[in-house]
Amino acid sequence: MAEMRIVDAINAAMARAMADDERVIVLGEDVGIDGGVFRVTDGLIRKFGADRVLDTPIAETGIAGVAVGLAAQGMRPIAEIQFLGFLYATIDQLVNHAGRLRTRTRGRLTCPLVLRAPYGGGIHALEHHSESTEAMLAHIPGVRVVIPSSPARAYGLLLAAIRDPDPVVYLEPKRIYRAGHEEVADDGAALPLDTCFVLREGRNVTLVTWGAMVVETMMAAGLLASQGIDAEVIDVATLKPIDMATIVASVRKTGRVVVVHEAALSGGLGGEIAARLAEEDGVLRGPVRRVTGYDTVVPLAKLERHYMPSISRIMTAVRETMPSEIPA
Amino acid sequence: MQVATFAVTHHRFLDPSGRTVQPLPAFANDPETLRELYRAMVLTRTFDTKAIALQRSSRIGTYPSSLGQEAVAVGLAAAMTADDVLLPSFREHGAQLWRGVTPTEMFLYWGGDERGSDFAVPREDFPNSVPIGSQAPHAVGVALAMKLRRQPRAAVCVFGDGATSKGDVAEAMNMAGNWRAPVVFVISNNRWAISVPRAAQTAAATLAQKAIAAGIPGDQVDGNDVIAVRHVVGEALHAARAGGGPRVVEALTYRLSDHTTADSAKRYRDQDAVAEAWKEEPIGRLRAYLTGHGAWSDDDECQLIDESTARIDRAAEQYFAMEPAPPSAVFEYLYAALPKALEGQRDEVVQGHHHG
Ligand SMILES: Cc1ncc(C[n+]2csc(CCOP(=O)(O)OP(=O)(O)O)c2C)c(N)n1
Ligand SMILES: [Mg+2]
Repeated sequence: MAEMRIVDAINAAMARAMADDERVIVLGEDVGIDGGVFRVTDGLIRKFGADRVLDTPIAETGIAGVAVGLAAQGMRPIAEIQFLGFLYATIDQLVNHAGRLRTRTRGRLTCPLVLRAPYGGGIHALEHHSESTEAMLAHIPGVRVVIPSSPARAYGLLLAAIRDPDPVVYLEPKRIYRAGHEEVADDGAALPLDTCFVLREGRNVTLVTWGAMVVETMMAAGLLASQGIDAEVIDVATLKPIDMATIVASVRKTGRVVVVHEAALSGGLGGEIAARLAEEDGVLRGPVRRVTGYDTVVPLAKLERHYMPSISRIMTAVRETMPSEIPA
Repeated sequence: MQVATFAVTHHRFLDPSGRTVQPLPAFANDPETLRELYRAMVLTRTFDTKAIALQRSSRIGTYPSSLGQEAVAVGLAAAMTADDVLLPSFREHGAQLWRGVTPTEMFLYWGGDERGSDFAVPREDFPNSVPIGSQAPHAVGVALAMKLRRQPRAAVCVFGDGATSKGDVAEAMNMAGNWRAPVVFVISNNRWAISVPRAAQTAAATLAQKAIAAGIPGDQVDGNDVIAVRHVVGEALHAARAGGGPRVVEALTYRLSDHTTADSAKRYRDQDAVAEAWKEEPIGRLRAYLTGHGAWSDDDECQLIDESTARIDRAAEQYFAMEPAPPSAVFEYLYAALPKALEGQRDEVVQGHHHG
């Protein structure tokens, strides 16, 4: 066991996968001697050499396309895109190739690649460095989208993503890369994909979230407890496909749900989750509430706080799901 | 059978010690013109030093220094007319200052306030482009608009050595060639793309030759010789405005600083190489030439430093004193008119502000 932060856990998972399987290689901008701009690949080039840790030119479409070719050859590429804001150039490769190579060739060629990128706001970053556009990626058939929210889940889910036979976009909540640490066993054990994690059990309301918003949501759950509201918190973890069974079972118990995400409201995955709950008979006993980013360009540092979902917005939303029961 | 041959020419007027290696272009025979270029480079470096200090004290955010690259930015801007349009990357502080963006506006931008990109002049210049190379196609569009309206103007697009690996840049050069668009692409080759050295970026011998595949001329210039930058970009612009089509100018310079204030270049590059590069830096070079020709004195230097520092300090004070933008600004510029459907979100942001 070792104390790890999310950034350490991701690094440890890659090192473990590379040690276990020589087909695993890492490629991306500045992933070599620099160890990536967030130091996530720190030390990998020393351990595994420049043949397996490739600094690429600045060419995101190329990085993703090369990863498709490597994967089709049976390699296990982990491609890093420096920030989610620069990943959009890879969408052509994801939609037109990675997500459908298996389907197109009826399984003759496949695409076991991982595309990693830090995402999300709240760190007073430059333009294009704060977005949370996971829903765009979750819309792509044939691609999985995974977002960890703790060191242990970062480790286990990345190993699962690397070993998965299909393409996985693995988005890293950079605001909490170094926010906290916990004991993580570097034992090579993966966690299941396509599975939600219940972080806290409760009877009155289900809070569904992922990524860095897990922090605010857990804090809200703690405050709600002191007000006599017992909240269950679910970390969705795999955003495509979503493990609705776990969410439905929880809401069947609580009858109330609030979805919290940093991404903009319209077309965000909160809408998908709400729709899937509405499709179930007799599950919801109150209105669904979503606490999300707004339908606007993420503001730069000076106004960013007005965009980010806050604990108080989560608290308000919870009360709105149970209007008749709890006085404001 | 050889079907085509190509050549890339390198241009330089001043060597690193400030000695002329060939007769200077006409504009450089006026000492006041050279002094103006010199003052602009010093102002740029003064801005840079202040910006780094402000970042260290958390008054602005992450900032990309242009230390050592002042001649590229100042030289290309000096070659432009007010009517031309600049599409910068994010390290062209010297070009923005020359063209009239105020240091206050620039602190505002780097401080994380969108109003910094709403500079009073020059109104048609593009804001900084953080997604690498993505502004290159815009420059072709801007140039095409000028051409279609038969205006004798041109666009200048600046990006780094790393950016030349992007598809956007290759696509832009190619389209510019197709349409003979009046655009000059200036590659600010500072030898590094964060930790990736120029040699690892492409197997091509020069970056200027990327132009050749697009059917347009590509030249190399000593990017630490402001006279050469001003001259070569000036000729390219002159040709472009007169219907001669696009050009690529690769300016060879060196990033003497970290990539940004969030970077630590010691992790990946040899400090001896940086010390060597200091010997080529542009400001000392032009000063040596000017003093050697009796066109600059120690008194001039002291006065310039004092004036530049005072101007930049004043700009920082103005930046500190700016009223913060209201929370409603988060929605105000999203569309020409905020759709009714979004008014609720806007109101929530504005009200959220009142009760914290
Ligand atoms: C499309 C894209 N990919 C990655 C980045 C992250 N990034 C910011 S600056 C930079 C290096 C740019 O190198 P170069 O083009 O040589 O310009 P320089 O920074 O040296 O001025 C990178 C990779 C980005 N901003 N945009
Ligand atoms: Mg560079």
